[in-house]
Amino acid sequence: MCLAVPARIVELEGDNAVVDAMGNRFRAKTTLLPDAKLGSLVLVHAGFAISLVDEEEAKKTWQLIAEINEFMETDKKISG
Amino acid sequence: MLERIYKAQELMDSACQTLGRRINIMEVCGTHTVSIFRSGIRATLPKELKLLSGPGCPVCVTDQSYIDTVLELAEHDDCIIATYGDMIRVPGRSGSLETKQPGLNIKVVLSSEDALQLAKDNPEKIVVLIAVGFETTAPSTAVVVKEAAEQGIKNFCVFSGHKLVVPAMRALLMEINNNIDAFLCPGHVSVIIGSGAFKEIVDDFGKPCVVAGFEPMQIIEGLAEICRQLSRGEAELKSMYSAVVTEKGNETAKKILAEVFEPSDGYWRGLGKIDKSTLQLQDKYEQFDALKRFGITETPVEDTSGCRCGEVLCGLIEPPECNLFGKSCTPDTPVGPCMVSSEGTCAAWFKYGRKRQREQ
Repeated sequence: MCLAVPARIVELEGDNAVVDAMGNRFRAKTTLLPDAKLGSLVLVHAGFAISLVDEEEAKKTWQLIAEINEFMETDKKISG
Repeated sequence: MLERIYKAQELMDSACQTLGRRINIMEVCGTHTVSIFRSGIRATLPKELKLLSGPGCPVCVTDQSYIDTVLELAEHDDCIIATYGDMIRVPGRSGSLETKQPGLNIKVVLSSEDALQLAKDNPEKIVVLIAVGFETTAPSTAVVVKEAAEQGIKNFCVFSGHKLVVPAMRALLMEINNNIDAFLCPGHVSVIIGSGAFKEIVDDFGKPCVVAGFEPMQIIEGLAEICRQLSRGEAELKSMYSAVVTEKGNETAKKILAEVFEPSDGYWRGLGKIDKSTLQLQDKYEQFDALKRFGITETPVEDTSGCRCGEVLCGLIEPPECNLFGKSCTPDTPVGPCMVSSEGTCAAWFKYGRKRQREQ
């Protein structure tokens, strides 16, 4: 439940942002992260950006999430 | 990469040899639990090194009385219950949000902002946000409570089940028969509270605390760091997750948390009542407190289902030791919350642990 996903801010108006994570776009608030700017990479948890994150760390996490998704899919195929 | 793994294994082996007894490291984060199972780390550890899954999944530590109260709130016709998806399947004494009454007004939300929006879109209803989660999630609740106050939105309120990680760790260590040697501390909770928040555990109890992210390599190196400290008889605070965790955490989030909430005594499944371990709204925001609004009091009840989630959460037993595990309690028919949440220890054991047994 405490998992946060890295995403890039692609639109920003006040504290309302649209972020992009692995090609998925969704809304996020930057109220808790006043330093966030257009183009910043941030960790998003439950619709809120909670921390800045660097490119390398974001890539590692995206890769991990992709692996988990792939694993879940394979798992479904095996058990299904 | 291999070299790093060998080095970590060497540290773990040497700690086991030096101490000559079982070493128990507790992780206090549902995402760690899942990552550890998924990556197969458990199988690669020395026999004497045990990982205990502590109270790290917000749904799992939620007391049954909280669920019962949510169900009671859901019976109010003028209410919309806005909840995170994990909560809808958790059984109370009389069913769950999912099974109880299909007609009940229950909406799954992904963010506290969605709940506030529901209130704006449905002015004739009162929207109750079922606010569970640790310090990672609580600031997002605080933001919308403040927003509702500023914008004068009166048909919105919060049933706070938010919990604080450090008081729970303290409570576990105060138990006389606890067997915890060290903690692998949660990564994203630490983004908010800062790694420094665990210093009191190191100072007051002499237990190593190491913050780690969710990559298997970071977890392995975190465990190895703990072993290094244990074999030298040291206890330190370390963070392996410096990419996003600072010592002080997110100051803006901490400030807004302190402005909207105050720590209060509260109930945890398996751990009972813990002083100053839950977050309640400050008096100036009491009009947004769902319990006060509906005049409901939460009465703790004893769980009589035979479910042993409480002992699992304290690291006293492993899920297969519970008589219900895999029999009447499965992810499809969960009896206890550790089986409901995908991050729950029992669900992870059911999914990955049993598969491992079959493979052996």
